[in-house]
Amino acid sequence: MPKEMMYGEAMATAIAEEMQRDADVVFYGQNMAMTERDPMLRMFGKNRVRLAPISETAEIGIAVGAAITGLRPIVELWMSEFMLVAMDQVLNEAPRLRYMSGGHVKVPLVLKAGYGFAAGWAGQHSNCIYHTMMGIPGLKLALPSTPADAKGLMAAAIRDDNPVVYLHHYMLTLDTGDVPDGEYVVPFGVADIKRAGSDVTIVATGWMVKKSLTAAEQLAREGISAEVIDPRTLAPLDVNTIINSVKKTGRLVLVDQAPRHSSAAAVIAAEVAEKGFEHLRAPVVMVTALDASVPYSEPLEYYLLPNEDKIAAAVRSVVPERVRVRA
Amino acid sequence: MTNQNILGNVLGNVLVNDRLIWIYTQMTRIREFEEHVKRTFLEHPGAMRGHTHLADGAEASIVGALATRNATDFAMPSYRCHAQPLVLGTSPKKMMAELYGRKDGLCRGFGGSMHLADPEHYFPGTSAIVGQSIAHAAGAALTAQVKNTGQIVYCFFGDGASKQGAFFETLNLAAVWKLPIVFILENNEYQAYTHVSLEDANALAGDPLSQKAAAFSIPGATVDGTDPLLVYEEVARAAERARAGLGPSLIESKFYRLSAHGNAITVPPVPTQFPEHEAIGVYGNKAEYRAAKERDPIPRFRAQLLSQGILTEGELQRLDDSARKEMDDAVQFALASPQPEPQEATNHVYA
Repeated sequence: MPKEMMYGEAMATAIAEEMQRDADVVFYGQNMAMTERDPMLRMFGKNRVRLAPISETAEIGIAVGAAITGLRPIVELWMSEFMLVAMDQVLNEAPRLRYMSGGHVKVPLVLKAGYGFAAGWAGQHSNCIYHTMMGIPGLKLALPSTPADAKGLMAAAIRDDNPVVYLHHYMLTLDTGDVPDGEYVVPFGVADIKRAGSDVTIVATGWMVKKSLTAAEQLAREGISAEVIDPRTLAPLDVNTIINSVKKTGRLVLVDQAPRHSSAAAVIAAEVAEKGFEHLRAPVVMVTALDASVPYSEPLEYYLLPNEDKIAAAVRSVVPERVRVRA
Repeated sequence: MTNQNILGNVLGNVLVNDRLIWIYTQMTRIREFEEHVKRTFLEHPGAMRGHTHLADGAEASIVGALATRNATDFAMPSYRCHAQPLVLGTSPKKMMAELYGRKDGLCRGFGGSMHLADPEHYFPGTSAIVGQSIAHAAGAALTAQVKNTGQIVYCFFGDGASKQGAFFETLNLAAVWKLPIVFILENNEYQAYTHVSLEDANALAGDPLSQKAAAFSIPGATVDGTDPLLVYEEVARAAERARAGLGPSLIESKFYRLSAHGNAITVPPVPTQFPEHEAIGVYGNKAEYRAAKERDPIPRFRAQLLSQGILTEGELQRLDDSARKEMDDAVQFALASPQPEPQEATNHVYA
């Protein structure tokens, strides 16, 4: 039976269920498990649930060392930018150790962090830094957009034998939705068609999926049928589902909260240009953040980021009047 | 305590003769392996690519430390990583073949000299980014602690690495979590090309580097790393503390790296080989290097075993010959091993 649950709660449920299932899973990070009242601490004990100091390099590096020797650590990093102070461990240690060892070791760990906070957190706590990670062979990258995916992707991340960066979108934390009860695993590399359509393909992740779905409803009222695809994992990236959709619609709008040249959109555009060019009836359009750091003040922030109106406008620019079917 | 007394003590207590012979044997195996690597640059130019770092001069420190090890304890060094696996039981043939980039290499030609890994022998892997493996070693200690296996970790790193954030963050966290680990700071006087006195606040003040331990309220000690028995005694104390669940210790082991930091960084087709040691090549200090050579730990320990009557000259000669033969065979094995199939390059990306 599915249960209505918040996105944040769904992630936490997956962690607790996986820790119940597998004694090798440990969970630690800053500002957690500080008192004996902590529910995870009560459930799993201080050996497996730990408080860490503000030391991302040590936290992530220790996770790497623990993973290659038999644990499955989850590191709570809170905000994705905090990984930037430990980028060697994220990009140059965790994903490379298996390869460099010729397959001798595996590195099963999860780096859990929020991203894309659009609530006045200004330049250093609002970013989308996944582009840097999605191109590193050996690293996997999951970005759930719904409570159900938040649970299923977390379970998959913990069970995966590779390092996974699990990015949850801050703006979705309180969103509710049906979440399957009990064991629920969303496989990596399988995009989800969040809304079926025939005139245009919209690809988005995280918060942008929600905005794209809102835009699609408006567009439907205008006679435009938009298909909304959420890749759910950027590494591995399900290019086939996107190409198959473009075969049907002939038009592609890529929505991404990151700045243009550090967006996943740019990578997807290149894949479609190479593998799906003959199916395109219009240029690929990217709706991304403008090329500036995220500003503090609300109107400035709103102006910078993609929104429903910008998405709808981009779709209208590639769907000619003649194909619009008014109800 | 003089070395003579130590030898007497350990002989009477822990280190019986065959353990001393084991120490000497491992020291000579390491030296022979490294000498063969060094000669490869001259004898088989182009056979080894990239960057290779040797442990000559570190043998007494490494073997003295690992002589305190139980059979399932982990050893985790930096990219200067040929010595530890040799001691742990990794095949020198596979190691040499890895350095030659061959199919039969320990890591199938995917890692090379800086990235050896052999988990079967409790050698889980290395990092070539200075200091980062200190955190990995603490991670292995976390595994041992969470699973309550009784294992401890021997974490080796250089004086240069002790200036990295990873060092400070990891020692603090290891102390907070009381991880079963011994941090062995190998002070070989040079961080790559820079003398320790030019970059280390403790060294600059004339203090031992083990003083860093005080920042984390853990035991710190400095030991003469050219004497395997002094190292043994100090590391045994730290290992015991780790096994007892009391947490980490920091041991500064002082010795002198007898080769340059690594082979010269050249761009193909210019061939590479080991340059002169930085003392001479950078600082023009031949006297310093000559003095260090005179303190070479291997002939000194050899002379000690001979004078104590533990081994005869003939027996020592046989051990030396056997180590040389073992590493000659390793080179032959590496040369005979085929190159990997190019299309294997996309293997091992994901588990």
